[in-house]
Amino acid sequence: MSLPSIERRRILTAALQAMLAAGACAFAPPLLAQQPLVTRPIPSSGEQLPVVGLGSWITFNVGDDAQARAACTEVVKAFFAGGGRLIDSSPMYGSAQSVIGDALARLQHPQALFSADKVWTGSNGAAQIETSRKLWRIPRFDLLQVHNLLAIDAQLPLLQRMKATKRLRYVGITTSEGRRHGEIVKLMESQPLDFVQVSYNVLDREVENRILPLARERRIAVIVNRPFRQGELTHSLAGKPLPGWAAEIGCTSWAQVLLKFIVSHPDVTCAIPATSNPRHALDNMLAARGPMPDQNLRRRIVAEVKKLT
Amino acid sequence: MSEWWTYTLSDLLMFSKPTYFRLFALLNEAVWPAHLLAILAGLALVAAILRGAGKAGRLAAALLAICWIWVAWTYHAQRYAGINLAAPYFAMAFALQTVLLCWLGTHRRAPAIASWRGPLGGLAFGLVLAGLLVYPLFAVFDGRGWQQAEVFGIAPDPTVAVTLGMLLLWRAPWFLWILPLLWCAVSGATLMELRSPQAWVMPAAGLLALAAMFIARLRMRPLPRQHQHTSVTG
Repeated sequence: MSLPSIERRRILTAALQAMLAAGACAFAPPLLAQQPLVTRPIPSSGEQLPVVGLGSWITFNVGDDAQARAACTEVVKAFFAGGGRLIDSSPMYGSAQSVIGDALARLQHPQALFSADKVWTGSNGAAQIETSRKLWRIPRFDLLQVHNLLAIDAQLPLLQRMKATKRLRYVGITTSEGRRHGEIVKLMESQPLDFVQVSYNVLDREVENRILPLARERRIAVIVNRPFRQGELTHSLAGKPLPGWAAEIGCTSWAQVLLKFIVSHPDVTCAIPATSNPRHALDNMLAARGPMPDQNLRRRIVAEVKKLT
Repeated sequence: MSEWWTYTLSDLLMFSKPTYFRLFALLNEAVWPAHLLAILAGLALVAAILRGAGKAGRLAAALLAICWIWVAWTYHAQRYAGINLAAPYFAMAFALQTVLLCWLGTHRRAPAIASWRGPLGGLAFGLVLAGLLVYPLFAVFDGRGWQQAEVFGIAPDPTVAVTLGMLLLWRAPWFLWILPLLWCAVSGATLMELRSPQAWVMPAAGLLALAAMFIARLRMRPLPRQHQHTSVTG
């Protein structure tokens, strides 16, 4: 039995509307995934980095737990599948370096990897770096940073020497949660740095005043840690509906909105959200694709997040 | 290193709540059936409290010393150290408490156990029973399942809770209190940072035991000489 064409059109239209209404979110990620990956150049070399990387603080410190290590491998796998490159860790993060090394070995050392680690000791930095390298199971690091400026007078010259002798590609310094910004600024002004790592998110924006403009001026790449305030922001926003404007930038989750706010700042090179969930890793990587918020939308993101948290 | 002052507890606590509690599941799996011995040790402690004689005090000190060194090695050194850089120091502290308990158990004057009847004795016995019977239930109350149960003699918190009760019953010297009370603070701060609902338990146990110890000391002063077993506190 054939339906009259007008009836058939009505049914098809209703079905399409129902599909769009019910599955808008489900359809959006593949669409976003088809968008090209947004990258930023490292100013000192021009090398392009995807604007979303992977942090390992807390999430990858799982000790010898085989089940948790396997889950972390899935996170790294999802990260690379989503186009990611930069993975960041530190000797301070417990077993995280060894977990990353495990994951990289299981994934047969993805070529895309941009390895970023830190030196965090008051004494023998070279020995600690060598231990870290063995835990990562890689021939050398791409980037090493002086973690929280610990023993900066000894460790920064060490990293510069390593770079000069081609045992390291990039040198950086880090801080987190707004600590010691005065010293960070002085070092950015006086030292030849490739990277600086700072905390920055929708609610913690102090770096916009001095550090980010200085990074542009001094041609220093910026890595952003604590993009979700250690999960506090995503936790507070969980279950709250996304505003209509989120669709304008292709976002289907609050995590993507929070990340797009960060990486849309022109002086940010890469944000490094940490997760122990492979689905979240893929979701985060989608924030490196599609349109980015303009100044007006960035202001609306801040206002909305302040209102909801 | 002057930079250390810039770190807060949240910077140094670099593991998640699921990772922390998974340690107990892995520990329980690894040391089973040591739990049966731990239960026997717990029953022996209860029997010692009920009996209350000098030899029972020595036995209780010996059992607790074994538990502390076992926790130092199997938990702090072998597992917790994998996720917490401070755990080797915790292991050393637990080993030191083992030495102190050995000293108490082998002292020429046996560590007499005060009566569990009365408010102070009842509180002390309550702490022991809470460590033995209630603490393992927190994993279930928190929806984590029996696999992650923290058991006396295996996990640090219930072991310390039982120890606090025994220290009170022994009217133990002040230096035996230091490490258990410090652990109450460390455990409370850790669990508070992890936003665990049981974060208040160990600090509360420590404060209760500490208050009870001060009351016991105040009461002890006018006691006549024949109450020798309580004079070991010096």
